[in-house]
Amino acid sequence: MLMPAIVWFIIFLYKPMYGLQIAFKDYSIFRGVADSPWTGFEHFETLFSNDQFIRAFWNTIKISALNLLFGFPAPIILALMFNEVINATYKKTAQTIVYLPHFISSVIIAGIVITAFSPSVGIVNTVLGWLGIDPIYFLTKPEWFRPIFVGTGIWQEAGFGSIVFLAAIAGVNPSLYESAVVDGASRWQMMWRITIPSILPTIIIMLIIRIGNVMEVSFELIILLYQPATYETADVVNTFVYRQGLQSGRYDFAAAAGLFNAVVAFVLVMVANTLSRRYSRTSLW
Amino acid sequence: MLNWNLYSRGDKVFAIVVSILIGMFTIATLYPFIYIAAVSFSSGFAAQAGKVVLTPIELTTEAYKYILVQPEFWISYRNTFIYTIGGTIMSLLFIVPAAYALSRPQLMGRRFFNLFIAFTMWFNAGLIPFYLNMRDLNLLDSMFGIILAFAVNAFNIILLRNFFESIPQSFEEAARMDGANDFQVLWKVFVPLSKPAIATITLFCIVARWNGFFWAMVLLQSEEKIPLQVFLRHTLATLSDDDEFAITQLEAAYSAETVTAAIIVCSIIPVLLVYPWIQKYFEKGILLGGVKE
Repeated sequence: MLMPAIVWFIIFLYKPMYGLQIAFKDYSIFRGVADSPWTGFEHFETLFSNDQFIRAFWNTIKISALNLLFGFPAPIILALMFNEVINATYKKTAQTIVYLPHFISSVIIAGIVITAFSPSVGIVNTVLGWLGIDPIYFLTKPEWFRPIFVGTGIWQEAGFGSIVFLAAIAGVNPSLYESAVVDGASRWQMMWRITIPSILPTIIIMLIIRIGNVMEVSFELIILLYQPATYETADVVNTFVYRQGLQSGRYDFAAAAGLFNAVVAFVLVMVANTLSRRYSRTSLW
Repeated sequence: MLNWNLYSRGDKVFAIVVSILIGMFTIATLYPFIYIAAVSFSSGFAAQAGKVVLTPIELTTEAYKYILVQPEFWISYRNTFIYTIGGTIMSLLFIVPAAYALSRPQLMGRRFFNLFIAFTMWFNAGLIPFYLNMRDLNLLDSMFGIILAFAVNAFNIILLRNFFESIPQSFEEAARMDGANDFQVLWKVFVPLSKPAIATITLFCIVARWNGFFWAMVLLQSEEKIPLQVFLRHTLATLSDDDEFAITQLEAAYSAETVTAAIIVCSIIPVLLVYPWIQKYFEKGILLGGVKE
């Protein structure tokens, strides 16, 4: 019963790994993967002297760092706040609404962002207009790309991300709170002295997973939102691979860039797993 | 646990402030949807002038009329249903038996197969080799290719395997006593006992399929095969780049923006319709996956 899935894995995931050898070859469509001539590390040398690639690499790191800095705490704060809401109906309704954007496709998210930030129609510029500020062409401005992208990420995922932390909070021993109440502690104190320390292991695990995924920025959304004017800050390794390989047909070169990305990602995951195992003995596999 | 009457003054202030902040975040989450809906029902002129804030201005359904008469819209809508239903069934056909086999202690080479599957979560060949592989398999521009090539993923198998492992061995033994074979044990014992977990995975598959866009855009060339998301993307791209559209439609009751908004509304509606039904499963699902990823 395992075999269909194993065959599937071989055909669709392991065979492309064999195909990765084109990163070290002068790939020709007509010769195919196996018969194209070897070129050694030529593509990697071109890659590391390619300004666009270097830029894409650093953009990936920078966008991930911003995601970590702002996107990571957001669901934790949200979960802690949900935990303080007294009215159950209010809490449930709010949760239902904030989970929703997670289920919306990146094309629609991009459509919403494009409409909302449009210079003529967009609500953002309408509001700026009330304040007497001239319309800003947000999506053509490199300096605005990252704030908009990271902000969109928080808007879309903070709610859904809070589920894990809410579950951790639900698992905190109630007697801790009961004795704190007896001692006359305020809710604010309980949050800092009981809730946060109790969910710290969950926070650390989630942080480690995030670090393991640093090379994975949601490039689908970037493809939908960036344009040549914003490549400077928006282009990441995966979008670079997409343009070079799938749009320009430089398959071997793009595969080399992709391989570099995958190796860095793999190392990060391994490091993250080791850290996780050391910290909590709940390794990721 | 939370008891308003036991709260001190400070606690009450804190609770009220938090509730207000939650309310603001909730409104911020909801607002873009309301705004898009308002734009979609506004006249092109009002939208262009930036007059739409909360409710439709110069209420009209012209943008919807523009979309709904396009055969491409309906074709892509139909295709999305095909990909979602076909893809989800295909996924379950692979995932459920594989998860069952991996959950059995008597499976030969169990450690190896677990690693074989989990490894793909941490390393993958990337876009280019995957694409070239699809081409070598003659699955470019193929609806069946889309359904098959994205049917399985390691995470869903592991999630379900974990659930199967938590089912007591005695259930299986009892069924074996009655002479059940592997398939009967899976179908008559494990599947009925695992309804919540299978529902969760089904949900994940449906959502991924409904929203799937990148590979459909890359792999499919024929207009009559593209799903709704790719149609939406095409429309977004042509409308926003097409100044002529904006100019010629200036007097018309719709504009690029109102049409875009109308398509967005049309593609969100099915998600909203099933959302209440799926909500009870995903919270559970997240936690299942987190137990032993």
